[in-house]
Amino acid sequence: MALVSLRNVSKVYPPASKGAPSVTAIDSVSLDVEAGDIYGIIGYSGAGKSTLVRLVNALEHSTSGEIIVDGQDIAVLSERELRKVRLGIGMIFQQFNLLGSRTVARNVAYPLEVAGHPKEQRAARVAELLDFVGLADKAGSFPDQLSGGQKQRVGIARALATQPSILLADEATSALDPETTHEVLALLKRVNAEFGVTIIVITHEMDVIQTIATKVAVMDQGRVIERGPVFDVFSNPQAAASARFVSTVVKGVPSAAELAVLRERHTGRIVTLAFRDSAVDQTAVFGELARAGVAFEVVYGGINEIQGRPFGHLTLALSGADPVIDQVLAHIRTLTTVTEVR
Amino acid sequence: MDALIDLLPELWTATYETLYIVALTLFFGGLGGLLVGLGLYLTRAGSILENKPLFFVLNLLVNFIRPIPFIIFLAAAQPLARAVTGSGIGNNAIIFTIALAASFAMARIVEQNLLTVTPGVIDAARSVGAGPIRIIFTVLLPEALGPLILGYTFIFVALVDMSAVAGYVGGGGLGNFALLYGYRQFNPIVTWAAVLLIIVLVQFVQFFGNYLARKALRR
Repeated sequence: MALVSLRNVSKVYPPASKGAPSVTAIDSVSLDVEAGDIYGIIGYSGAGKSTLVRLVNALEHSTSGEIIVDGQDIAVLSERELRKVRLGIGMIFQQFNLLGSRTVARNVAYPLEVAGHPKEQRAARVAELLDFVGLADKAGSFPDQLSGGQKQRVGIARALATQPSILLADEATSALDPETTHEVLALLKRVNAEFGVTIIVITHEMDVIQTIATKVAVMDQGRVIERGPVFDVFSNPQAAASARFVSTVVKGVPSAAELAVLRERHTGRIVTLAFRDSAVDQTAVFGELARAGVAFEVVYGGINEIQGRPFGHLTLALSGADPVIDQVLAHIRTLTTVTEVR
Repeated sequence: MDALIDLLPELWTATYETLYIVALTLFFGGLGGLLVGLGLYLTRAGSILENKPLFFVLNLLVNFIRPIPFIIFLAAAQPLARAVTGSGIGNNAIIFTIALAASFAMARIVEQNLLTVTPGVIDAARSVGAGPIRIIFTVLLPEALGPLILGYTFIFVALVDMSAVAGYVGGGGLGNFALLYGYRQFNPIVTWAAVLLIIVLVQFVQFFGNYLARKALRR
């Protein structure tokens, strides 16, 4: 049984004014998040990903479908019952949403107050959490005295206060610079590894997915159009929107425009080779070319690593006699996928 | 000038009465304004206790009462004041009427100040399981405290103003003093003395309000 399981969930907003159409933010989405996953949900703005994650802790209510969290269908619970469920689900936000009137320590203590923990216990837990996120020296500071990265670390400490089993991260790094983003992502990875917290990450940045997610779902217009292990989606995206996201971090096959530029400089034949995991041995492929006496230049592409597994596409400009090239390409085709671009 | 010196005991009594009226109306009107303002904020579309009919009624009521000039409102609300306080004139009736008018004026200020609280902070509180009552006391009011203090300071000045007008229907205070001994006896020095006291009072409270708001905002 998945820890979070969505079954045909839809969220339809009523028309904004009379006569206007109603807006379907989530369109019969089914999704399973297993315990221990770092599940990435990626999509452009308006794809419905934030709405989707807000359904998981019932900050918003679904129109239809089942939302099963830890074996309980939360779609049928009352607001009062939901408050108990929410204690087991932490959430962090793009704008951090810390209480400006409270110190860092009292922000982290807030969920413990809500949960009714006694004061002495709260202090010990807050110290422990601030230590974990590396902000023990900021306990008495106010949020407006902190940098963005520090604020998000307070947000994480607050979200973890009641030891939830699930953490929802709604564009948690979108307001941060690249370096701080990676600090925060590294912290989320530790949260997952050390406390076994299942994390659902909402983002529009493929880099975030690449850095921490184990599984990914791609959303477009309220639907999940593709899902799977991150490596599979990155190395072999099926939907056009997924391919566009992948291309933001991975240089794959050159586009028509890029090809035109390459053509200006290279008059010979151009081929794109796919390298996927250890299934394809680069040494063998380049050995074939060398043995046949075909000179080549890498003109486009790159090799990436997702969860320790390399993959990518390399586009080569070949120079040599046509029959020789045909022969060597035939050999290489037995090793990997070759696409000749014209 | 001699007239003013003779009137000094009356002037102090009037000042005391003004303070008394303003203090009580600030308390009751402030409380009423807080409740109606919270009602407006909480029931509006998208808020945590969204309730369209209730919001509509509250909104209409506030819009209906707020534009009425206070001197007209004083006369119009007199039967109500009589029903509640037992008399249509005198300090108690005045305090009731001012508190009523101030509630609706303050409601709008409270509502607007609460709207400055980022909705995300309320999401954060909801996400850890906080209910509406807890959100009001641990998120909304503390987060909006600075602007709320400034709002109450603003309404204090309006209350001094209203209490002066109330001199017309038998309320005491500096307004009544200025009318009775200054204006009607053609003695501008007496009027100016009352005005001066009002200015000092308002300055002092404004300064104090600013100080408290600065503390709440930590600036």
